[in-house]
Amino acid sequence: MRYAMAIDTLKCVGCSDCVVACQTENNVPHGYARDWITETVDGVYPSLELEFRSERCNHCDNTPCVRTCPTGASHIIEGGIVKVTPGKCIGCGACIQSCPYDARFSSPEGWVDKCTFCDHRIANGQDPACVEVCPTHCMYFGDLDDKNSNVSKVIANRKWKVLAPEAGTDPQIFYLI
Amino acid sequence: MKEELIVSGRMNLNIDPVLHIWHWQIPLYLFLGGLAAGVLFFASLYSIRNEEEKYSTAVKIAPILAPIAIIIGLIALLLDLKHKLYFWQLYTTIRLSSPMSWGAWVLMAITPLSFVWVGIHLKEVFPKIDFSQKFFGTLYKMFTKEQEGGVNWEWKFGWLTKLEKLAIENKKMLAWAILLASVILGVYTGILLSAFNARPLWNTAILGPLFLVSGLSTGAASIMWLSKSHEEQKLFSKIDILLIVIELFFIIHLFMGFMAGPQVQIESAALFWGGEFTLYFGLFVVILGLIMPGIFEVMELNGYHIHVAIPALMILVGGLIFRFVIVEAGQITRYLY
Amino acid sequence: MKTTRRDFIKISSLGAGTIALGTPAIKFLAGADDSENKGKSGAVTRTPNYCEVCFWNCAGWVYKNEEGKIWKIIGNEDDPHSYGRFCPRGTGGVGMYYDEDRLKTPLMRVGEPGNQTYKEISWDEAFEHIAGKMKEIGGKYGNESIALFKHGSSGKHFGKLMSAFGSTNQAGPAYAQCKGPREEAFALTFGEPLHSPEPLDIRDTKCLVLIGSHLGENMHNGQVQEMSEAIDKGVTVITVDPRLSTAASKSKFWLPIKPATDTALLLAWINVIINEELYDKEYVDKLTIGLDKLKDHVQQYTPEWAYGITTIEPSQIRATAKAMADASPSVIVHPGRHATWYGDDTQRIRAIAILNALLGSYGRRGGFYLPTKAKLPGFPSEKNPNPAWSWRDIEPEKYPFASDGVTNLLVDGSHPDYKGKHSIKAWFVIGTNLPVSIPNTKRTVEAMDNQEFIVVIDTMPTEITGYADIVLPECTYLERYDDIRVSPHREPNIALRMPAAEPKYESKPAWWMAKELAKRLGLDAYFNFENYSEVLDWQLKQIGSSLEEMKKIGVKKFEREFDDLYFAPGEIPEFFTGSGKIELYSSELAAYGFDPMPVYKPLPEPEAGFYRLIYGRAPMHTFSRTANNPNLTDLMKENSVWINPKVAKEWDLKNDQKIWLKNQDGAISSFPIKVRVTERIRWDSVYMVHGFGHKDKRLSRAFGHGLMDTEMITNVLIDKESGGTGMRSNFVTFLTEKPEKEVQS
Repeated sequence: MRYAMAIDTLKCVGCSDCVVACQTENNVPHGYARDWITETVDGVYPSLELEFRSERCNHCDNTPCVRTCPTGASHIIEGGIVKVTPGKCIGCGACIQSCPYDARFSSPEGWVDKCTFCDHRIANGQDPACVEVCPTHCMYFGDLDDKNSNVSKVIANRKWKVLAPEAGTDPQIFYLI
Repeated sequence: MKEELIVSGRMNLNIDPVLHIWHWQIPLYLFLGGLAAGVLFFASLYSIRNEEEKYSTAVKIAPILAPIAIIIGLIALLLDLKHKLYFWQLYTTIRLSSPMSWGAWVLMAITPLSFVWVGIHLKEVFPKIDFSQKFFGTLYKMFTKEQEGGVNWEWKFGWLTKLEKLAIENKKMLAWAILLASVILGVYTGILLSAFNARPLWNTAILGPLFLVSGLSTGAASIMWLSKSHEEQKLFSKIDILLIVIELFFIIHLFMGFMAGPQVQIESAALFWGGEFTLYFGLFVVILGLIMPGIFEVMELNGYHIHVAIPALMILVGGLIFRFVIVEAGQITRYLY
Repeated sequence: MKTTRRDFIKISSLGAGTIALGTPAIKFLAGADDSENKGKSGAVTRTPNYCEVCFWNCAGWVYKNEEGKIWKIIGNEDDPHSYGRFCPRGTGGVGMYYDEDRLKTPLMRVGEPGNQTYKEISWDEAFEHIAGKMKEIGGKYGNESIALFKHGSSGKHFGKLMSAFGSTNQAGPAYAQCKGPREEAFALTFGEPLHSPEPLDIRDTKCLVLIGSHLGENMHNGQVQEMSEAIDKGVTVITVDPRLSTAASKSKFWLPIKPATDTALLLAWINVIINEELYDKEYVDKLTIGLDKLKDHVQQYTPEWAYGITTIEPSQIRATAKAMADASPSVIVHPGRHATWYGDDTQRIRAIAILNALLGSYGRRGGFYLPTKAKLPGFPSEKNPNPAWSWRDIEPEKYPFASDGVTNLLVDGSHPDYKGKHSIKAWFVIGTNLPVSIPNTKRTVEAMDNQEFIVVIDTMPTEITGYADIVLPECTYLERYDDIRVSPHREPNIALRMPAAEPKYESKPAWWMAKELAKRLGLDAYFNFENYSEVLDWQLKQIGSSLEEMKKIGVKKFEREFDDLYFAPGEIPEFFTGSGKIELYSSELAAYGFDPMPVYKPLPEPEAGFYRLIYGRAPMHTFSRTANNPNLTDLMKENSVWINPKVAKEWDLKNDQKIWLKNQDGAISSFPIKVRVTERIRWDSVYMVHGFGHKDKRLSRAFGHGLMDTEMITNVLIDKESGGTGMRSNFVTFLTEKPEKEVQS
């Protein structure tokens, strides 16, 4: 089992619905975000490229955050999902420093918070809240080990990229381009 | 023109707009850790070399700085923790892949060792204690038997006396343990940062040795400053000059590595080369913190009279600023956006 | 300075009572906090609703957590507006409910001019006072002299009340500030306005042409979703926009047009499509009238001619015309929604309608489908009285094609400079923040100052509340019943809104306010119910459903009566136009002395150092009304002004630098705005998102964040056919120093 996400940048409009859906679903406190939208613009008017990306923890295969955690609060669960146990986290910031995606943050209570791939929803057979809400249907979630999953199919059939591959983290969010 | 921006309003505290999760506590902690490592390294080294009397400041007096530095450093570290009440979780597990875990355990080891080391030399360093002193008097009363004059004082508790005896009997072993732990501590202060390869500035193996050398240099400078013996001052002055040269060499290497590295590291180096850290790093760390005190020390060795406190203080302040600069600048460097 | 009768009052200048209401202790005593449910551990529950954050009215489910607190809102899978997925505003709708800045109690203006304030009053006092004033003003000037400005679902309840009272002087900015000209252009061409949601068959289209419409930035939910589906199917998108909009970036063709020249491009397209015989011949022959006249008319509008005006290369114009024709009839030249741009808007949208007619897309798969809706009977009530006059009589010569209340006409009739016989003397305003939603704020404020009485009903203390004599706090859509949503779509469908929680604070639903007022005006017979649920249940039972059923399913779809989603092959339908055909040449327009076919007329251009102000939407906000929503301000708390790097260099402007704007008439913005230097905007224009720069401090998250574009819109070009207010002929320049001017309020 290897959960992953594919996001179609040709369809994403950057509306940020994934962000607010995550916030309500997971009761993320106001002023904090577990996911976000990046916009990149390249070129000179009118020869321009514009890309929107919905970003979050990449639930990497090679996890510097888990490696550098001194207490084991950051850990990997079934399906490769990277999670944090608040009761074990001392808030030292090591995992925050080690994440090339700046996907982690210190919650108001002090423990480190981040995207969970909505594992509580996956357990009920649902997609993560961000995927379920996306009005452009640009996000695909599923098991990479299952060749018939949505995510396996789009990755097999489309050109894709990952973010900061040079950081060597083997990220599991694929951007279809 | 190229633009890359977060458009969903993300403003996570201490993460946005630029990462700043570590403030003054961590660089102070790293500095004090390095200082303690340096002081303990030389103390144990000259003890092992049987030069305790020749370099008595290094072996017996300067180590007093170590537990003080460690305690203040640990307080700083605790202040930095965002989920403080759970700090004990550090000691429920050993995680070899985590420098933070290494650090916690090394400190766990070196802190009592440093106390013991200081403790077994106390009677020699302070043969006479004055119970009428306001603060220290109370402290003395807590640990020693109250007696007239305060000469030839004894520990108040039997176990302390036993511990002292045990430590003195096994002093060589103790010295070896401290030597090993101090090297680990010194390297750890650098490895802590270089383990975070998400921060291009820190993502270099040179940081470990560089921080070790810098820590040793601050240790040597402290000994030099505290020492009353000209011979001892001269030795540590020489050691310090050597360390400064090595440190400069490492720093040059560090930047050569960056310039030969990927774009993100070239950009990191640019922070120090015309970027916002140029002044701090170039002036305070390299010139005032390394080159100038090095020159002063050479001049001193050649007969010019320069007060030993001047280069020592410059080295210490330079070392502190060095850690601040590296920690602050490192957090700015990133792969994305 | 002239003292006005009606000072703008910040609700923040309230007495201690209301401020204290904000503190938890008093909230607890008042029992108005939802914390009463805290600790009760139950199951997660859901209630149906349809969204009120925008006009799209998507149906969904309001979830409450185990503690019984409103938790999240999720789309209803059966809903054709949302296809089960809400947009960010709908998902963030919970923030409307939790916003602690909401209006909490009825308020009444007290004190002398120049030193006025609000005091809290009871609902009874409020109703007694309002009813008294209505009788008094109605007695003096006739009941028609009381006008209603309305928006959204709650506006309908006050619409009923005012109609029963005898005034049809009712209007909403949704017409004259938005889609009015479009509705008339389509009615003039095809005999039928487009309504909402527009019957666009985007999911099956092969070519989608967007002219200034920025789908994806305006989150017209169903359309955004269908566009995405069409992208998957390989649709050709053609976007005409001076800005690289989100949609432009997804397009095969982006035509970076010089602003205000769209009609020239449209006419050149018509020219190419006719001259190169790319149009759907059978369709045009059988269904339309006036091709010959049109052909003669557009000969002057060649692509080469258009190049000089639009800066779009003739080859591009021909290539895009060809792409449309290749896809015909599965092609949509999008009619847009906010159509009030340049004061020639009916004519511009007519060109769009004509283009669609030539391409044969109206009534065809992948073009415009033929919508239908459920036939829900109205709740039995007394017949409304016939008013002696209505908004049309304020200026009888103006806007002959306006088919709905024109807000600016009501403002004209309310203004001290009005010379006619039909003056407006009092206003009811519900759900619309007029100083921001109607351009030329100064004139609107002068009209308000000339009123004898103003009642504002809203959930939030927006700018308009500062001009009211009475402010009534309305509860949000999550706390009330409203009418059943009956919307035109591919299939007839209905959706239910029901309260998910008790109204917070002292707020109340609009139906209850209207009913209580009716009681005091002796109009009980029009409000024959105790609770609105009775009305809904009765209506639903007439069509074979019930309130009980709808509470369980939220949305109910019905079969189409006939198989007529598209015209049948060979069918020659009759259109509700004068000729019964699609009118390429409009005899009706000709009869009223307007151009029967669209004509390109050059529009004003900016002077040196000025840039055309283009405004638009961000996907996270609706108009100016969501700017304080805690969930949505998290996503975007202020707007920025987009400036081309060349212009930025000329002015030495940097990213995030705060500047003030000044327009061609010398109007200066109250607040500064951050610069965004970006290639996404042309060098002759600047762009900003509408709806920011709020001036009421009581909007704690919105106050002073960003800049209000409406302040910069003082040159309003009125569309003579429909009364629509064209707002895109305003030009701004940059002030890098804080201007010497007090921030109003």
